[in-house]
Amino acid sequence: MTRTGGRRSGAVAVPATGAAGPAGLSPAAEAGAVVDAVLADLPRHRGVVVDSPPGAGKSTLVVRAAGHLAAGGEPLMIIAQTNEQVDDLIVRLAAAHPALRLGRLSAGDYTAPARVTGRAAIGTRLADLGDPDVVIATADKWAWVGDRVWPWAIVDEAYQMRSDKLLRIAGLFERALFVGDPGQLDPFSVVDGDRWAGLSWDPLQSAVAVLLRHNPDLPVHRLPVSWRLPASAAPLVSEAFYPFTGFRAGTGPEERRMGFATGGMRTAYDRALEEAAASGWALYELPDRHTVRTDAEAVRAVAVLATRLLQRSPVTVSERGEHPVTAERVAVGAAHRDQVAAIRAAGLPAGVTVDTANRLQGREYDVTIVLHPLSGRRDATAFHLESGRLCVLTSRHRHACVVVARAGIPELLDAHPSADAVRLGVPVKFPDGWEANQAVLARLAEHRVPAAPPH
Amino acid sequence: MSTLSALARLRALREGRAQRLATVRHCHLSDRPMVLIPLRLAGEAAAPLAAMAGTDPDHPRLLVVPQPRDRDLRFAFTAELAEVVLPYVEGLQKATETVERRGAEPYERCVDAPQLLVPNPAGVTFVQLLGRSTRFRRAEGPYAVHPSVPVLGRWLTFFGRRAQYPGSVLLAAATDLLSLHWATGQSALEDANLASLLGWIDPPPGMSGASAAREAEDPLVWPPAGPATDPGFDAEVLAPAIRAYQEAPGERAAAAVAAAVRSQLEPTWRLMWRAVDLLRALPPGGGAAARWEGDRTAFTAFAAQLAEGAPPQPRRDGAVAAAARLARMERARAVYDAQRAFDDPLVMAGHRLAGEAFTGTVVAAEPDRTEGEGRGRKLRPLLVVRTGDPVRLAAGARLATPARRGQRADVVDVAGGEVTLKIVKGMGRGTTATPGAVPQVGEVVCYAALTDEYQPPAALPAPEETPWTHGGPPPEYVPAEDDAEEDWS
Repeated sequence: MTRTGGRRSGAVAVPATGAAGPAGLSPAAEAGAVVDAVLADLPRHRGVVVDSPPGAGKSTLVVRAAGHLAAGGEPLMIIAQTNEQVDDLIVRLAAAHPALRLGRLSAGDYTAPARVTGRAAIGTRLADLGDPDVVIATADKWAWVGDRVWPWAIVDEAYQMRSDKLLRIAGLFERALFVGDPGQLDPFSVVDGDRWAGLSWDPLQSAVAVLLRHNPDLPVHRLPVSWRLPASAAPLVSEAFYPFTGFRAGTGPEERRMGFATGGMRTAYDRALEEAAASGWALYELPDRHTVRTDAEAVRAVAVLATRLLQRSPVTVSERGEHPVTAERVAVGAAHRDQVAAIRAAGLPAGVTVDTANRLQGREYDVTIVLHPLSGRRDATAFHLESGRLCVLTSRHRHACVVVARAGIPELLDAHPSADAVRLGVPVKFPDGWEANQAVLARLAEHRVPAAPPH
Repeated sequence: MSTLSALARLRALREGRAQRLATVRHCHLSDRPMVLIPLRLAGEAAAPLAAMAGTDPDHPRLLVVPQPRDRDLRFAFTAELAEVVLPYVEGLQKATETVERRGAEPYERCVDAPQLLVPNPAGVTFVQLLGRSTRFRRAEGPYAVHPSVPVLGRWLTFFGRRAQYPGSVLLAAATDLLSLHWATGQSALEDANLASLLGWIDPPPGMSGASAAREAEDPLVWPPAGPATDPGFDAEVLAPAIRAYQEAPGERAAAAVAAAVRSQLEPTWRLMWRAVDLLRALPPGGGAAARWEGDRTAFTAFAAQLAEGAPPQPRRDGAVAAAARLARMERARAVYDAQRAFDDPLVMAGHRLAGEAFTGTVVAAEPDRTEGEGRGRKLRPLLVVRTGDPVRLAAGARLATPARRGQRADVVDVAGGEVTLKIVKGMGRGTTATPGAVPQVGEVVCYAALTDEYQPPAALPAPEETPWTHGGPPPEYVPAEDDAEEDWS
């Protein structure tokens, strides 16, 4: 945990790890240089991988690369993972490249949302689409499209795609750009996949992991700047979850500010919110106790914090100007669905998003309130230690993140060191979930606000 | 652990007796299963020490390796095991039935299939390892073995691989089958001890389950059910017997080793058949028979492959084979979960507590509601169900119901203890609902976000067309002398 100390003061001006771009370059210039390098690499290699930390402009890159490839006159296929991601991409592509003709393949029971209609030809078969420049669909849908080979493909969220899905569709393209966030949740299965552990084509590994094991000479680029995370959050997230491939915040510490138009009552809730507004982080700490997953006190604390936050009329100042924080810009995250249901049942202000880490992936808010996955637990299982889960939960915000947890998590971690079986041929994965959890807690401890004792 | 099984465990602890987790039997049980209890030499991964096997509770066959470090003796043991297992397996291939299929050629399927029962999951692993160490052996050339050895190896590999499919019972561990139906007052780790698990489920008269389980932990009374043996037995009984055989190999010394391991195996043999009787006493669930059909199909197909002279199963799955197997396993898992819930209200209760299913009374129904215009007009009946269950389903979730198995409904809205459903399948053709297909007001219904419907997976490339992302086409398999070599051997 020593490695998280002592770097806060200088964290803004210098990259979070020493391994970033040329000194003196502005964040925009540094990020632009990487994007240019990616586009330049495209014609030279069969595949190009781009790692994108949270909020580093992954979608912007996909949109730009799509325009770049389509401008060459060759048809392009884009592979996303969910229908929502496909729709988002269509909206952004249509806005950035109005001249491109877009096509969207979908399943029979899909109904296009209003934001998509008119922007793309929609059909269940390729023949229904006419002959668009760019065809977009989910990986599941692409698996049913045969008998045509595209010169180019872009695979979005490639780290969330299981490699068996890639196997089904890799025959559809000659060359591809793979874009994704390596720090988020790994794909999973409901069955035990031990029998494939260590195989280079393990179907439970992510598409990128398998691709790179078979093609180790492919270039891997890394977007160096997070435009979402504020200067207070980028160093922590970078150090804890991207220990060897750091990134920095695109904004300085004074560019993002948050305050409250309404005064507080100096309760523990108010102090936690004020700490978060001032420093970007707060740890609202409940007394140490073993609880069931839907810990009533913790659930209540989360709900009250969300309510209190909006009652205080928060206002943010950023490079986008001064805006009030509305309910739509607030999210509550938890590890399990029953926790989400319990929080929802506890009563949240209308419009506040509450969901599991899996479903919050790829989304962005001004303020997030997180129920720590290890809060109140007696054991630290692989599920709860998975670094991607905590990474998703602590990297959704543009301004502040309040973590609600019971005391005693560091002791719990010390009692449950990672003890997974070591398997031959399985690449070591970084960061280790145990280590990442310790790193985050060590930093959060500086922003600790103990809960008021119950009356 | 689900809330319901946690509750059952607490109850078991309070009552001093195992509690039922299921109202019906969720596994097929053959009329003539083969019980196989393998023992392994301590410190070795797959060196067989002994096995007790057979289909008749009163006449177990004991197979012993008097010196497990001698590889020739090991393969002599495997040949002997083949004498027990292969006639059982081959005898079941004779009687077949013709299965008619809609839109496809009918095919032949064996009317029954073998079922190997081992005491615990470690036994399943041992069967897999034994298959791996024998299926590449050859009957001629250097280190030749009896011709039945590689055949047994392929069968054991088939059984071992099949055991990885959720819901398959061609090879099953007794502790797994029992734990599926009973919760005890001890941990899952302790449940892997067959003697103590049976102590909880069926304690001797006048004794509580807890004390029967405690007694079962004494290795002198109840020796471990294998494949690992009791270290005390190893040091004090087995080691001297093996040493005596090493010094003076012969009938008498071999008989001494056999007598020693028999004392370790016989108590477990009796326990295994008690477990079979306990399971047999449960009424069978409908899904178990359906899954057994799948097992029989797999058995028939593998027997045909073997008869055609297919090479031994490869040591590792190729990229395409791995993806195909994963898809089959995931489908088996979904079917298994859905069928158990549909067969058993107690299992469904677990899903209801998790918010994935609900039971309630129909308070409004629109059986003849349609959507769309003209030719696109479709029957889409609406139902409103009032329920006290904690429903955690989102709008759009696809549901099925145990009472009307072909029916599918989509969640339209969940609010204030009322769930609005739209029936999208299994309500009749045309624009009028089939009488009885749509539940009526007042009927108690149960819907769950589970499905055992067959959805064909998207096609995979042929192995020789493996794309560049997955290493390209693999080299063709050519049987070679050193196939049986392990990387570390």
